[in-house]
Amino acid sequence: MDGIHDLGGKQGFGPVRYVRNAPAFHASWEVRANSLYAFAVRLGIFNMDEYRHAIERMEPRHYLAASYYERSLTGLATLLVEKGIATHAEIERLAGGRFPLAMPIGPGRGNAPARTRFAPGDRVRVRDEHVPGHVRMPSYIRGRTGMVVSESPAYPFPDAHAHGVAAEDEPTYDVRFRSEDLWPGSSDAALVHVGVFQSYLEPAA
Amino acid sequence: MEALQAALEARGLPASAAVEELGRLAQEQWIPQNGARVVARAWVDAAFRKRLLANGRDAVAELGIAMPKHHRHLVVLENTPTVQNVICCTQCSCTAFTVIGLPPDWYKDFEYRSRVVRESRTVLKEMGLELAPEVEIRVWDTTADTRYMVLPVQPPSTVGWPEERLASIVTRDSMIGVERL
Repeated sequence: MDGIHDLGGKQGFGPVRYVRNAPAFHASWEVRANSLYAFAVRLGIFNMDEYRHAIERMEPRHYLAASYYERSLTGLATLLVEKGIATHAEIERLAGGRFPLAMPIGPGRGNAPARTRFAPGDRVRVRDEHVPGHVRMPSYIRGRTGMVVSESPAYPFPDAHAHGVAAEDEPTYDVRFRSEDLWPGSSDAALVHVGVFQSYLEPAA
Repeated sequence: MEALQAALEARGLPASAAVEELGRLAQEQWIPQNGARVVARAWVDAAFRKRLLANGRDAVAELGIAMPKHHRHLVVLENTPTVQNVICCTQCSCTAFTVIGLPPDWYKDFEYRSRVVRESRTVLKEMGLELAPEVEIRVWDTTADTRYMVLPVQPPSTVGWPEERLASIVTRDSMIGVERL
């Protein structure tokens, strides 16, 4: 989905709020929030793709206003309800107030019907697709052309894995794009590398 | 937070014990000192460096550093005087957290995620890293479960130092690529 989480290349954001060697946590509840979702993953209540997608489905106003660990808890709560572990009413009763969940999940999809095996040096184009469910193709590479640099071991296909759709694991390709090709006339010169699932790619003409 | 923990407990799932155990791991074991040991070893041991660049996951395991099962590949990105690698996750917060430590706020925040892929040189400069024009920037967006870490250039003044002392100068931010040592 073209969600609010897909931030790469969006304009208008200010300076990075950088603190050198900043700690990973600021409060003990953050450590616990991080552990709680990891526990649910370890139990197999949901997988990482379902978890990421639950956060992506947060209503944008909520997503932008929430802290990182609030987003984490919202994803966890949403999945506990969707998986039948708890009800929304029970969570709100235990929390003693409103506990907004993410928006409902849409359809997933399986692997692309025709997939090509690529080799380093191949020119590839990212398919011009608009996907209603989970997808790990950042929109800034959609329809763009780059060069394969290497291949990673096969992973579960996120578009299926986040939705309980059966699919084959597939390789991801490290694809190198030039920033000028992604944002012509409107970026700092750099090479941008993205891990792109095979189903998202086609040979460049 | 308490509500969700209680909901899990109510189903007989031992959330409290797991939260304690995983919290300890997050604070004591998934720390940048792991990556720092990897970098220091790569600086002093050319054969290890070669193995690290060929297969990061296997090489860090030699130092007793594990990665979660779903991180099937660790790609180590070698900086040189004229190449600066920098990692990010534009869509969420992915990192090789068992190696370089859990990411700080700014890495997960909207400003870094939106801007570093498009305005890398400007963003790095704002963060205190001003690169000479001849330095090529390579940005790595962590969109799959392959993980990345940057191998910083060893400061020339530290050549000949013992490995442990070398590890003490390696920061998490240098392994993300927003700092040079």
